[in-house]
Amino acid sequence: MTAALRFDPIRLPEKCEQLRKEVRAFLAEEIAAGTFDPHAPNREDNDAPEFSRRVGAKGWLGMTWPKKYGGQERSFLERYVVTEEMRVANAPTRRFFVADRQSGPVLLKYAPEHIKMDILPRICRGEVCFAIGMSEPNSGSDLFAAKTRATKTDGGYLINGTKIWTSSAHIADYMIAIFRTSPPTKENRRHGLTQFLVKMKQPGIQVNPIGQITGQFEFNEVVFTDYFVPDDHVLGEVDGAWKQATSELAYERSGPERFLETYYVLTELVRAVGKNPDTRSAEGIGRLVAQVHTMRRMSVSVAGMLQAGKEPVVEASIVKDIGTVWEQQLPHRVRDLAAFVEETATNRETLEKQLDFAIKTAPKLTIQGGTTEVLRGIIARGLGLR
Amino acid sequence: MAESENIVAETAEKIFADLADAQTINHDKQGAWKAPLWQALTEAGLPLSWVPDDLGGSGASLAEGFSVLNVAGRHAIAVPLAETMLAGWLLTQGKIASPEGEMTVLPASPKDRVTLNADGSLSGRARGVPFAKDAKHFAVLAGGKDGISIALVDAARCRIESSTGLGGDHNDTVTLDKVQPVTTKPAPKGFGQTTLMLMGGVVRSLQIAGALEAMLDISVRYSNERVAFEKKISKFQAVQHNLARLAGENAAALAAATSAADTIVNAKSLDTDAVFLEAAAAKVRCSEAAEKGSGIAHQVHGAIGFTIEHILHRYSLRALAWRDDFGSESYWAVELGKLVADRGADELWPLVASR
Repeated sequence: MTAALRFDPIRLPEKCEQLRKEVRAFLAEEIAAGTFDPHAPNREDNDAPEFSRRVGAKGWLGMTWPKKYGGQERSFLERYVVTEEMRVANAPTRRFFVADRQSGPVLLKYAPEHIKMDILPRICRGEVCFAIGMSEPNSGSDLFAAKTRATKTDGGYLINGTKIWTSSAHIADYMIAIFRTSPPTKENRRHGLTQFLVKMKQPGIQVNPIGQITGQFEFNEVVFTDYFVPDDHVLGEVDGAWKQATSELAYERSGPERFLETYYVLTELVRAVGKNPDTRSAEGIGRLVAQVHTMRRMSVSVAGMLQAGKEPVVEASIVKDIGTVWEQQLPHRVRDLAAFVEETATNRETLEKQLDFAIKTAPKLTIQGGTTEVLRGIIARGLGLR
Repeated sequence: MAESENIVAETAEKIFADLADAQTINHDKQGAWKAPLWQALTEAGLPLSWVPDDLGGSGASLAEGFSVLNVAGRHAIAVPLAETMLAGWLLTQGKIASPEGEMTVLPASPKDRVTLNADGSLSGRARGVPFAKDAKHFAVLAGGKDGISIALVDAARCRIESSTGLGGDHNDTVTLDKVQPVTTKPAPKGFGQTTLMLMGGVVRSLQIAGALEAMLDISVRYSNERVAFEKKISKFQAVQHNLARLAGENAAALAAATSAADTIVNAKSLDTDAVFLEAAAAKVRCSEAAEKGSGIAHQVHGAIGFTIEHILHRYSLRALAWRDDFGSESYWAVELGKLVADRGADELWPLVASR
């Protein structure tokens, strides 16, 4: 067999279910207190710094990390439960999500000890927000075309150039970015990029908000002008960023956030349809539920395999590919079925507002964090086609 | 997969590799391969995997049996192995001993019903029964005034209108006109037509997942051999992306089917929302994957894959045919949708997350 894909039927362990109850109770309290509205994913208050601190106080940020850095040394499956419950509740996770999922693990692996001791506990307490500086005006999917320069100077580097589509840069305390430290070589066009930790909110960094079609301003242009980064903020090998971040990518690609971003419209449709759906609505809902259940079983399977020390790289890319395509189509399928909802359904207006927002959100889902085209290239490589 | 499942699956794999090679079968118009294959499967105890020793079977676990079905799907096996396994399982639910030889189950469709008459005979008609013409006995689920019963029926006593199904295997209409069964026993409490359809659906889901794995495998191999426009077609991005999508459909089918099988293996009762969700969802998603996946496999192969000489149709048409058995994807989607609506919007996520 050229491609023996594996999706072991992994179940979340019992201790996860206790944790799930705790997370649900916490979120119910937050909703009752008015922190966020679970029916309004397009909230304006997505910053929610106090909420972020309360999640940290629960021990749910950096929960898989070593205790000496403020972590809980819990399993990735437990983290999975926290992530999916927050996502389904439409909780305002923007401030801490990137740090918890992505930036923290990079620091754990590549940052010097004193930086880890400084920053990781603050991530765990929900105090700091991270952004990721990858794309540039002329390099998106083609990461290795990045041109923003890091020029060696006394004790560090001077950064000049522009990052773009940088989510949360306007509220972020730090960014983990790749900058060019050397030109690419003839043999290896990926050579010459280095990963850096960047402290935001400093002179030499200008953050310009970019409006999105949803009406939100969550991504930005970030302009660096002779911005100084000290030597100890280099993460990993100089010129060797391309060798880093492979196994982290599997976590990043296969989590519940990769198929649940528009899930709320399905819940609302079921509410609108009521107890006795006609055949068309029943079939439509049944198919969507079968699909989301399957996605989740795939995603949990990858999480379990990662926890067990395996490297299901192709499987993780598949989860993101079909998960994001699914969550992109979901609002359109729900719209099809919503056309038959009775005029008298009490949540009709909520459903329509949600659909409006979800349909506007949908195009980005197969672009952010690695486009469908890039993912399929990775899967094709795994199949032995390239 | 546990050690024992591996051993049983490897036994099956070896038998299929030796005696059911797709190329050989495809060129054997007389079907001379069938008898030796069935004999080898029988000697290995596979057709009665799910029947305990004291009822005449080999007493393998549910999990071991499911792993065999996935392998059988990878080889698109055209003998009634899955059907005999399922029939043995059904008879075992009624504590009825299984006879030797090929069997199948009926009804094979959620809409068909067989009735147990007051005189102990059976009446009814079951359409789309896989391999009925090849079977010596039927395991029958029947409803009567005292509830649900399970019966062993001699196939020779029934009227069989044979036809060939989409996959090229017998797909028959069986009519029982006051047929006296060999044995009849009451079904266990809570066991009904839905239980049989869900179990049959999981069997078919595993076979579809297996067939998709084979389709992915032969499509990848073909794309690495076939040259067009002066390069291997696997080097064209359009072909690569099609195959990546096929891998995605294979993955979804595999995950859904093995998850449903695992749920049945570990279920204390088959009459729960969890079993219903898992089994219904598997049939829906695997059937959708069969459509999308087989379409891509054919597209990658071009005209050669459309010929009777090529083996692709053995997998693609069977995967498509298996969608219809024990309730199609649209049937199960409606049933699952009704269940979800009945439980209400706020119970949907807890149900999904419970798995």
